[in-house]
Parts: sequence; structure tokens; C-alpha cells
Amino acid sequence: MDTQEVVRLPKLSRVAVCGGTHGNELSGVFLVKELLKSKQGEDRNSPILVLSNPEATQRCLRYLDVDLNRCFSRDALNSPLSDSPPYEVLRSRELNTLLGPKGSADSVDFVCDLHNTTANMGLCFIAYSDSDWISLHIFRHLQRCLPEISMRYINFNLPPDEAYSLDSVGKHGFAMEIGPQPHGVVRSNIYTTMKTAVQHMLDWIHLFNSGTVFEGGLVDVFTLVKHVDYPRDCKTHDIVAAIHPELQDKDFCLLNPGDPVFQTFSGETTFYDGNESLYPFFINECAYYEKGIAFSLSRKRCLNVPAVQSQRNQSNEL
Amino acid sequence: MSSYNNNSVRLNAATKVAVFGGTHGNEMSGVTLVNLWMKNSDEIQRKGLETKPFITNPKAVEKCTRYVDTDLNRAFTAENLSALGGKDLPYEVWRAQEINKMFGPKGSPDAYDVIFDLHNTTSKDYFNLQMMNYVKVRRHPQLRLEVGPQPQGVLRSNIFDSMRMIIKHALDFIELFNEGVEFPPCTVEVFRVLERVDYPRDANGNIIAMVHPNLQDCDWEPLNPGDPMFQTFDGKTIHYQGPGTVYPTFINEAAYYEKQQAFVTTKRETLVASAVKKS
Repeated sequence: MDTQEVVRLPKLSRVAVCGGTHGNELSGVFLVKELLKSKQGEDRNSPILVLSNPEATQRCLRYLDVDLNRCFSRDALNSPLSDSPPYEVLRSRELNTLLGPKGSADSVDFVCDLHNTTANMGLCFIAYSDSDWISLHIFRHLQRCLPEISMRYINFNLPPDEAYSLDSVGKHGFAMEIGPQPHGVVRSNIYTTMKTAVQHMLDWIHLFNSGTVFEGGLVDVFTLVKHVDYPRDCKTHDIVAAIHPELQDKDFCLLNPGDPVFQTFSGETTFYDGNESLYPFFINECAYYEKGIAFSLSRKRCLNVPAVQSQRNQSNEL
Repeated sequence: MSSYNNNSVRLNAATKVAVFGGTHGNEMSGVTLVNLWMKNSDEIQRKGLETKPFITNPKAVEKCTRYVDTDLNRAFTAENLSALGGKDLPYEVWRAQEINKMFGPKGSPDAYDVIFDLHNTTSKDYFNLQMMNYVKVRRHPQLRLEVGPQPQGVLRSNIFDSMRMIIKHALDFIELFNEGVEFPPCTVEVFRVLERVDYPRDANGNIIAMVHPNLQDCDWEPLNPGDPMFQTFDGKTIHYQGPGTVYPTFINEAAYYEKQQAFVTTKRETLVASAVKKS
């Protein structure tokens, strides 16, 4: 086998941790508030802490006008503003100024955006790229530190310009999604998992910046293939079925052609009619009813992640 | 079968029954069931009985939100029901008045005999099936049915099926009662509400702790003095300091954060119900 090549990457000097991008996803809201209170923002090496959507957070709503976490594609950030722009459109421009501009040399090095889901997904990293070695190494680090927590790495294959969520504003980043938790509720075990995971992430970043070599290895990655909507009434567009009890809570359990997927309100079962076995996730996520998503499907593959080390630079900065 | 004539309570037949959904617009089981029954009510019709399905808060249902102006399920006070102002009133106050006209007036002989109001909770609060066999119309003329856990805005098929089955049994009971079946005396275990317990808060009213992992999802299990109750965001435990064992419920119900309620304490009691028969 070849000697493993070590990929040298720039240090992560500016790191942001964001919560409340959806104001009713409470683990991130309370964690960022707690980190702000314990003055973690004062040390030079501490992350930038952001409550992304304060108005929605105050009202415990996902958003006021439009979903903030769909406002960060290149088109969305650059389109001219209307006379009375939605609150979240204005806020996205503010966040792009604070943490970006997206795509420029001035953007922060790393964004971790904290989310919850009503789906039974455990802890997931959601990233756009399958070759962001920083995010993949942080994932491996968390797997080693928290072996008792179910963790998966999901990637949505979209180029940076089309990437639409807040975590795409930094040079590297991912959304940390933990479920199941109802929106508007904080469950202590979920909060503790998120708090511990964020702490381990920041520890990794510190070690990385100090010059530690992190060995490479294999990581299973789930790549989005497609979304599946609920069966709907043709005229009213109302949903006419719920997720089948055999699919409910079975995120990342292989779905085979012919497996039950929906149960209509009159009790009939609908079956998966695809011809490829795929891994479902975001099964019955509350916020996705309006987006026409009952569940999403992914393909699993094994990635070979190279060893990484931070680049040495001329200054004494750690 | 021996008769309980000596001790039977005689009650009038229940001929007008309503099933409400969407009193909270984001509690999806009731919304879905009632919409279904409004399209086709065969499943809920019984001999000698008119059963009307009804969406109580259509504006909140449309927005998939608990309420628009104020909680409909707290709006049926005497003051609200007699307030003037028509459509200028907060939406739910006006709506409560409309509902009171259609299904009440509250306290009058014209009011519906039984109303089932369907709800969901994010807490792990299973409906006590024992009660279903012995719904006593006089004592519980408005039966509120809460089935959980289900996140707001989400429809889970097992919860939906449970609620549907419970309503079917309840309507069967009413039909049998109206036909003259005599139901023997029984004892029913109930949980009587004692007090609401709020989250610990700071001087500005912000929540500073969460329901402790040992208490989360333990609805109806005993909470003893000294047991862990809350966990602060920096990891400290706050213990329950009450005088005796209580049975908490509505633990971590999403909608109750704004009502200053982390959970409700109850005590267990056994109620004895007399035999009942239609008069």
C-alpha cells in the first residue's frame, strides 16, 4: 500500500458556531446562549457565536417570512431586494457580511450550524461536498470520542454557488442535525449530546491548528439521491396518507423495493416502487410537510479520507 | 345478569354527540381524523345518535399553528362568551362564541350531550384505556382526549390509529347505553391534578434548565422527594423538593413553555362509579 500522503490545509483561524437558524430548534438556541453566557467568545481562539434568527427564536418559530436556511445560494444573496423584503432575506445579507462574503477570501474558515429534527436520525453532519476533509475528519474524531452515539455523514452533492444553507458561507462547514426532538422542545439528552459534540469539534480544531497530524481512514457517507413526497389529493393537495408504521423511525435502515412506505387514512399500504435499495432519512420531519418531503433517500458509499495537517505559516499564530 | 336497579343512576340518552379536531391547529391526529369524517362520516355514525365532526379552529389549522391570537382551549370563560365586539374580538374569542352557539349554550339543556375534543401532546401521555369502557356521560360530559407523544405539526400513523380506535369504542359505548344496556358499578384509577411546576428561570424570565433525563418521558411514574427533576444548561441537577410522592404528566409539552409549565403533578385516586342505565 502507498505511503499515505498528508494533505496540508490552512489553519482554521475564524470559526463560527450558529444556533437558532430555525427559531424553534431549541438545542442550538440554548447551547449558543449558554456559550455566550460562559464568555467563550472572549478568548482569541474561541468561536464566533451567532444566534442566526433572533426574531424567529424569540417567537419560537421556524421563521417569520421565509426559511432563513434557504437564503444563501449565490443567486439568493445577490438578487436585488424588493420594496419590502422578507425579514430573513435581510438577515441573510447581514449574516453574509458578518461571516462571509461567501466565496471570498474574507469569509470565516469554518461554520457549524446547529439544528434539530423530529426524525429519528441521531447525530448527523450535513455537508455539500464529499471531499471537505476538515468536516470529514471532525466527523471521525466525534465517532472516536462518542462511540455510544449513532452518527452519520450526509452529503448533498451541490456546487458551492448552489449550496443554499448558512453553513455554506464559510470556507468549510456543515450543519449538525440531531433528532428526534419535537420543535419547540428542549430534551436534556439531545442538548447534552450537542454540547459534547460541539466541544469535541472545537477541541479537534484546536489540535489541528496546533499542527497535529490526523491519520486518514474510511468513512461511510450517505449521498442524497431524491426526496419522496406524501401521496396527496389531486384537487386539494392535502396529504392522504401518513408514513407507514414500519417505516416510521427507521432512518438509515435500508429500504428495499416492495417495502411499505405509506398508510392511507383508510388503512391501505403503499409500497416503495423504486428499483434500487436506498437509505431513507428525514422520515416525517415536521418542517418538510410544506416542502413536499415525506422522507429523503440516499446511497451509501465508503470514502477514503486522507491524512491532514495544518499548513505552517510564518507568524507565531497558533 | 343481575340488575343493579337499587343503585343505578338513571341518565338521559345521549343523542347529540360532537367530535372536535383542530382546537389546536398543529395537533395533527384530530385535524386529520375530523377532516376524514367530514368527507365521510359512516365510521362515526351510530343508531339513535347524531355524531357531528367539526374543525374548531380552521384559521390555526390552515397555518398549522397552535392558535392565531389566543389559545382557543382557554377561551370558553363566561367573560369571553358574553364579550361584545363580534369579528373585532381576538379570533379565538369570536370563535368560542360561535362554537358555544352551535354546540351549547354552555350549561343549557340545548347543549350537546357529549363532546370529544381531540388533542396531541409532545409528552409521553397515553390515554388510560380503562376509562374508555366506562365513560359516564353525566360526570364527564366533555371528554378531552390527549394522545402522545407526537411532535406538533407531525402526523404519526400509530398515534392516529390509536385515537381513531378510542373514538370508535367511545361511540359504541354511547350506542349501547342508549339501547338500554346497564353498566355495572366500577372503580376507575384517576390522576387528580395538583399543581403546575414551571422551569427554573433567571431574573429576566429566561429558562435556565431542562427537564432532567431521569424525568423525561416518565409520565405517570412516581416522582419522589429528592429525585432529579431539572438539569441546568451547565450540567447541574435540581431535585424535587415536594412533601410527598407525586405522579407527573405533560412532561415537556412544547406548548406549555409559554404557559410556565414544565410538568403537572398529580396524585393517584380510585373513583367509584355507580351503575348507570338510560332513564
